[in-house]
Amino acid sequence: MKVAIPADSKSMDSKVCASFGRAPYFVVYDTETKDSVFVENTAASGTGGAGIRAAQIIADQGVGAMLTPRCGQNAADVFRSADIKLYRTNDHSIKENIEAFVKGELPLLEDFHAGFHGRNRGGL
Amino acid sequence: MKIAVLSGKGGTGKTLVSVNLAAVAAPSTYIDCDVEEPNGHLFFKPEIVREELITVKIPQVDEERCVGCRECVRFCNYNALAYVNQKLIIFDDVCHSCGGCVLVCPEAALSERDKAIGKIEIGVSGDVSVYTGILNTGEATGIPIIHRLLEEGSDDGNKPVFIDCPPGSACIVMESIKDADYCVLVAEPTLFGAHNLNMVYELVKLFDKPFGVVLNKCLNEENPVDQFCSDKGIEILGRIPFDHELASLNSSAEIVAHKQDEYRELFSSLLETIVKKMGESAGSKRDGVLSDLKKMSGDTVSGERGEALHGSHSTCSDGSVKGVKPKEVRSEAAVDS
Ligand code: SF4
Ligand code: SF4
Repeated sequence: MKVAIPADSKSMDSKVCASFGRAPYFVVYDTETKDSVFVENTAASGTGGAGIRAAQIIADQGVGAMLTPRCGQNAADVFRSADIKLYRTNDHSIKENIEAFVKGELPLLEDFHAGFHGRNRGGL
Repeated sequence: MKIAVLSGKGGTGKTLVSVNLAAVAAPSTYIDCDVEEPNGHLFFKPEIVREELITVKIPQVDEERCVGCRECVRFCNYNALAYVNQKLIIFDDVCHSCGGCVLVCPEAALSERDKAIGKIEIGVSGDVSVYTGILNTGEATGIPIIHRLLEEGSDDGNKPVFIDCPPGSACIVMESIKDADYCVLVAEPTLFGAHNLNMVYELVKLFDKPFGVVLNKCLNEENPVDQFCSDKGIEILGRIPFDHELASLNSSAEIVAHKQDEYRELFSSLLETIVKKMGESAGSKRDGVLSDLKKMSGDTVSGERGEALHGSHSTCSDGSVKGVKPKEVRSEAAVDS
């Protein structure tokens, strides 16, 4: 099965990116072949709906699971429609999170935050 | 004549200023464009005479026709569409109703349907017509509501119109001030206040609107906003003191100008100043407006003209010139410690 993880840089040793929609890259790792590819997240710089676009990119990679620290409601809807399961990552590196996932140690991610829709209520 | 009241962030006294200006200017119109958190109606407690649902067009897909070419997904600038598992997903709350996807679909699989995003309420409170826009939570944009509010509210005879804008300087604020004749920027006299003021200052400059600043929660001391205003040559129209009683009346949703002469004079005097400034900026090219303004200022201001804001009732320092000793300060009205 292929799994995807948001990455800050193109390295398996880097930490999981805290923001899913705005992550610069996604690692797509194949648990059978143990191959990994870095996919650029073209949604990262777009206006609004970044989570939806990012989820679309991941779904198009044919992955079965997404490992991420958090996820918005809209993106979660895309994942659900695409039959992609979500797992919550921890503070360790991408590599360690994949190992934990393979051992079945990552919990399912079940709470999603509401989108912000690019709103600006002003201030800081 | 339309006066828009803005601030860089919520909670600076934008509603205090717009509500009380509308109250002292009555007969007048108050339009609450802060559609995410409309508060003005809490003060006016208007009797609602009419409601109107505001709808936008949202695409819907005919799955029989859709061939999954994704033209629509690629087109949508807001990423409101996704195509997974042979199915198009439409995110209503992200869609900005541009209509583009319907046009680009080569299979004519998309059509439009109406979706309610909120409503406007039109009411009366004494001599004030109160227009309130309400955006349902989670909707992408309140602009269609503001558009309709201003269309309705501006059409209400020759009364002066006060527009309570959403906070910030996003496009929803631009929509609110588009047709305003004058902008009042409300700021708090702090460093953050200066930062927030700068945001709306740049906006009104961009729109080339005549404007002035009202300082709220003023203490008797130098402050970064005075400095900012004097650096930029911005006029300070008035100062609202940091006054315990005013704050407590306001936070219990009372119109302070109706409660105490002192506050009525404060806002009457502020209105008079605004009207005067508008007259100056309108200049000779708009004689009609000018005479309207004169008439209005005559109606509204009584008693100690101009004194309330600058004189004995205020605990503000008297302005932007550094080192000038503040005028008489009524210390018991000062800090709410
Ligand atoms: S109407 Fe415009 S914003 Fe809405 S889904 Fe279609 S393309 Fe996107
Ligand atoms: S453009 Fe039309 S046919 Fe193509 S995916 Fe979108 S709805 Fe389906």
